[in-house]
Amino acid sequence: MINFLKYWRQYATISVIVIGIGLFALVRWGFTYSIDFVGGTNVQYSFDTPIDEPSIREVVGRLQYEIVDMSVEKNEVSMRLTAINEQQEQQLRQELSDYYQSEITIIRSETVGPVIGAETLQKTGIAAIIAIIGILLYVTYAFRNLNFAMAAIVALVHDAVVVVGTYALFSHFLGAQLDTLFVTALLTTMSFSVHDTIVVFDQIRDYRKHYGAGKIEEYANRALTETMVRSLNNSFTIMFMLLALVLLGGSSIRFFALALLVGTITGTYSSPFVATPEAVWFEKMRG
Amino acid sequence: MKVFRYAFITFIALTILWIDLPGPIPINVGLFGKRIKTEIPLLELNFQLGKSRVIRNFRTQLGLDLRGGSHLVFQTDTSRIDMADLEDALQSTRDIIEQRVNLFGISEPEVRTIKSGNVHRISVDLPGVYNVAQASQLIGQTAQLHFREEAEKLSPDASGSAVFNSLIKETGLTGKDVKKARVDFNNNNGTPQVALAFTPAGAKLFAQITKRNVGKPVGIFLDELLISAPTVQQEIIGGNAVISGNFTTEGAKQLAIAINSGALPVPISLIEQRSIGPSLGAIEVQKSVVAGAIGLGMVMLFMIGYYGRLGVLASVALITYGLINLAIFRAVPIVLTLPGVAGFILSIGMAVDSNILIFERIKEEQRKGKTFEVSIRLGFGRAIDAIKDANLTTMLVAFILFNPLNWEFLPQFGLVRGFALTLGIGVATSLFTGVVITNWLIKVFYKQKK
Repeated sequence: MINFLKYWRQYATISVIVIGIGLFALVRWGFTYSIDFVGGTNVQYSFDTPIDEPSIREVVGRLQYEIVDMSVEKNEVSMRLTAINEQQEQQLRQELSDYYQSEITIIRSETVGPVIGAETLQKTGIAAIIAIIGILLYVTYAFRNLNFAMAAIVALVHDAVVVVGTYALFSHFLGAQLDTLFVTALLTTMSFSVHDTIVVFDQIRDYRKHYGAGKIEEYANRALTETMVRSLNNSFTIMFMLLALVLLGGSSIRFFALALLVGTITGTYSSPFVATPEAVWFEKMRG
Repeated sequence: MKVFRYAFITFIALTILWIDLPGPIPINVGLFGKRIKTEIPLLELNFQLGKSRVIRNFRTQLGLDLRGGSHLVFQTDTSRIDMADLEDALQSTRDIIEQRVNLFGISEPEVRTIKSGNVHRISVDLPGVYNVAQASQLIGQTAQLHFREEAEKLSPDASGSAVFNSLIKETGLTGKDVKKARVDFNNNNGTPQVALAFTPAGAKLFAQITKRNVGKPVGIFLDELLISAPTVQQEIIGGNAVISGNFTTEGAKQLAIAINSGALPVPISLIEQRSIGPSLGAIEVQKSVVAGAIGLGMVMLFMIGYYGRLGVLASVALITYGLINLAIFRAVPIVLTLPGVAGFILSIGMAVDSNILIFERIKEEQRKGKTFEVSIRLGFGRAIDAIKDANLTTMLVAFILFNPLNWEFLPQFGLVRGFALTLGIGVATSLFTGVVITNWLIKVFYKQKK
């Protein structure tokens, strides 16, 4: 048996540092919201000939569309514009096609009106709140023990904050956008966090059933020793799948998979190193 | 009894494999000196059930983001519609849009009404359509056909524009009097034209109009646009007419569609559109498959490396899991979107968890000095509680995100739902394969060894 609980200060330090960096990024740089939430137009075109950014900016400028973001790669351009309608989009394509004397293939074209964006933001928020309440109720029910439930919730909030903070870093340095998929990843992380915590707590519950109410620290340490391998192995398998998706998967779900990957790591970390010390602490404090 | 059970399991297993076949498998074997050349076809259902005919194939259904196409959302302007007629008006708008899209030859379109608060929207999914401007025009046009004749006071003029200007008197004959419009080809020069068949009332009206306008032009207008102004040669009885102009076949087709469907009862405007080109979808499918395969391979290597023989069993259970899941996706059928594929891949990673939990508990029992047989029994029993509890939260979140009751205060959009659905199904299936199949495999495998 390894005395995991002895090092609780180290665990707390790691958590504080990771969350601190994330929150700093969040406050300092904030998020770039995708058109899902704020409305706008994304287009991605492919040309027969190589293209250059200044000329495209000029053509778009002539049409008086507002560019939010643009990237050009060989003969492909992706742009984010403030919302234009389908006729304007067609005109843009026509102008670009005339300018380069080239056929244009639409790789992607998306427009979300600002009204829809605001509505999506609201609905996603409601879904997230309902999901969180559902998880909380379930945790309380599953343990029938408020101390354990509260500890699981602390771990869950910890994981959510880590994912949000890390995503703010991705947003600033890698250009990830906050979209509906990110919210989905966040909720999945929360469910995984509970999933992982339950396995540890289940073991502690088991010892209590068999050996009566003894020293909670000893049970916790034993449970951690017993479940550590399982917990790591399980996370490895999930991480293999997600890593494959991040490195090899399609570009449109790359950041989604990355957020899930961060969620898996923190979800695994928090069960033994956040939830369990908390549970022990609550049990001792409140009895 | 046992024979029946095995027969049943074999039957289910073969059905699942059949559904999962990527394509027909050619068979070419020599048997008793004869060559047998045939193939195993893909599973297709085609039978009579009571009064309805069941026709089903089992191919993977890909969402618009993977196979390419456009997703359009129209806002309806219901301000001038009575509350009492609202449902009807929206329904018929939906039907007309569907009809227009169908007539245009788009395969498997999907048209739905969505309610959000007191706003009504219509979403249209068009696989294989990338030009949104054109599609939206086709759907949103409020075309109404009119027939106009010359106002009496104006004398006919030689120049075309004057003819147009003089054709201002409504005859009362409109698109409503047209029973059916279709594309036709001129007998003499083969150019496309639109043939109209009038309703009985329309036929009568048309006969009167042509009778009093012999030698004069009659204008055929689509909204305010003059399409054609043929000069009447004689009274036309019988209720058939032809609109000829400088049509392309496509143009004639669009006109026929517009006339047939008439005006939309509710004005609509496009507020959201997403279109994905076919190349992007194909690349993403390919990438996802590669990523999934490599991830799966790594998981299997890891399991075998760590758990040895038990790991091999877990790998077999995992492949079984994948095959069962694919069969479910194909049979339901579930439309796979890119996040849906991600949900599936994630669920594969999670599915192994049940196995790991069971194996660790078995090892734990063994460390206590119990025999392998007893350890397996105890390990399974103890692991199942944790597996059940742990997976329920994931299913709960998947349920809320999927929004099965289509509550309007929750997201109703495809991407999140696609992910939630495959993840939920994946976790549910893994409860089955992780526990039942692994248990079964261990029993079979180790019994034979003893």
